[in-house]
Amino acid sequence: MSEATGRKNIAGEMQLKDVHISFEGKKILDGLSLTVKRNSFTCVCGPSGCGKTTIMNILAGYQKPDSGLCTFNGTPVEGPSPDRLTVFQENTLFQWMSVWDNILFGPKLQGKDMRKSAEQATALLEMTGLTGFEGKYPAQLSGGMQRRAELIRALINEPQILLLDEPFRGLDAMTRGLMQEYFLKVFETSDITMLLITSELDEAIYMGDSVYLLTAIPTKTKKIMPVPLPRPRLLEHQTCVEFAQVQTEAFETMEEEALKSFELMPS
Amino acid sequence: MSIAKATAAPVSTLARLKCVKPTPEQIITFVTLSILFSVWFEVTRREIVPKMFVPSPADVWNGFVETLTVGYHGKNLIVHTLVSLARVLGGWSAACLLAIPLGLAMGQSTKIRAVFDYIIEFYRPLPPLAYYTLLVLWFGIGEFSKVLLLFLAAIPPLTIGAVEGVREVSPAVIQAARSLGATPRQVFLKIILPATTPMIITAMRISLGFAYTVLVAAEIVAATEGIGWVVWDASKFMRSDIIFVGIITMGITGIALDGCIRGVAKRLLRWKYV
Repeated sequence: MSEATGRKNIAGEMQLKDVHISFEGKKILDGLSLTVKRNSFTCVCGPSGCGKTTIMNILAGYQKPDSGLCTFNGTPVEGPSPDRLTVFQENTLFQWMSVWDNILFGPKLQGKDMRKSAEQATALLEMTGLTGFEGKYPAQLSGGMQRRAELIRALINEPQILLLDEPFRGLDAMTRGLMQEYFLKVFETSDITMLLITSELDEAIYMGDSVYLLTAIPTKTKKIMPVPLPRPRLLEHQTCVEFAQVQTEAFETMEEEALKSFELMPS
Repeated sequence: MSIAKATAAPVSTLARLKCVKPTPEQIITFVTLSILFSVWFEVTRREIVPKMFVPSPADVWNGFVETLTVGYHGKNLIVHTLVSLARVLGGWSAACLLAIPLGLAMGQSTKIRAVFDYIIEFYRPLPPLAYYTLLVLWFGIGEFSKVLLLFLAAIPPLTIGAVEGVREVSPAVIQAARSLGATPRQVFLKIILPATTPMIITAMRISLGFAYTVLVAAEIVAATEGIGWVVWDASKFMRSDIIFVGIITMGITGIALDGCIRGVAKRLLRWKYV
């Protein structure tokens, strides 16, 4: 992996400090604080409709908080940057470009050495099993392949942190499992930082070093849970005692919030 | 890109093979047309309807021969057709050049939309003949007011299509491009423009159809040539054969023009039809 992206020592620390944001008079985030340590895999888990995408938009730099701070390596975030790339829950591949052109879109715009980028792209395609599909259009790929192409399109820019906004949503269980393995492989064989936002507790515990449990809207941190599982993460970790302990504790914490968010839902 | 071209080649050969063997749908279309033609032939042969109202296929054929050799009112059918095509394509092209950029701008800026939206929405449902009288009053009965009418009729579908096209571009796709380093200009050229192309092409097809429907109206007032005028003029002399000739000519040229746009679309939108 480090050969594929050519990355060396990188930072990638992100912090939210006492972030407030309202939308149309409704409080969404209510003093949320969050720390993503460099080269860690942090998961954020909350009941549905708790403003997870808003958190993502602030971290990526698409949206500014009403008050509070969002910092990246200690400096305030001013806008989007190839150092902080998002993999969205919906397919955001550019449908009118081949897989190859999609992947090289970033390096081209950033004026990078295209020969080196092409080599990286070839290596990344190989790593994710997409070799031979570079000439296809996104519509010709399966859902799982599109996700992998999107992952490569982000990785080739050598981001310091990957922001994953429910990237496995809508995939069937088998594909989901495979995609989790790909993302774990990328994380464990490089020094990239990852932040995963998901509504699946099991997924958060399986993949993360720590899990932030959020409250229902207006959202703040309810609990931070470290995950005492070794790396590399293996499938059998999902059935071990430590996993079950974290899982039970997290479920108990979240049940209350899930009920709250259920009552808040417009009927 | 080169790889995409290489994979596209066998697909087109496949498509050509398909043309050789007719699909069930093509057979159905052929049978439908044959039945329609037979009914037309029989109805006129037995003179169930007077010839004055429905000419026989032979009459229409003779009408074609007559207008193509002697001409109609001194001008060949081809000349009439070309004159009309020039008017339609002139008005429509001008509308495309103006309305597509305008629609794209309206789609991206609520302020620009605030300026033009209600103007277009107000005149869009008006019957063209209602404001044609004004155009003639202002600009005379010459060529300009005719093309202007076609131009105005062609605009609304284009702006509406472009606005909707821009609105349908997923914000996440634009955000992804911005994160990858695209400037607002690059977002427009490399994301919004290609993403809206399918919608704009559909709008162009609808718009051309609109301009076409207004053609006869545009050629009623003070014209001496044009296929719409031929139909209008022939009706005054009960020449139903010539009316048929005119209508069939309009229909065929309309299908041909639409086919041209669709052909261009297929090339431009290869990513959509894979």
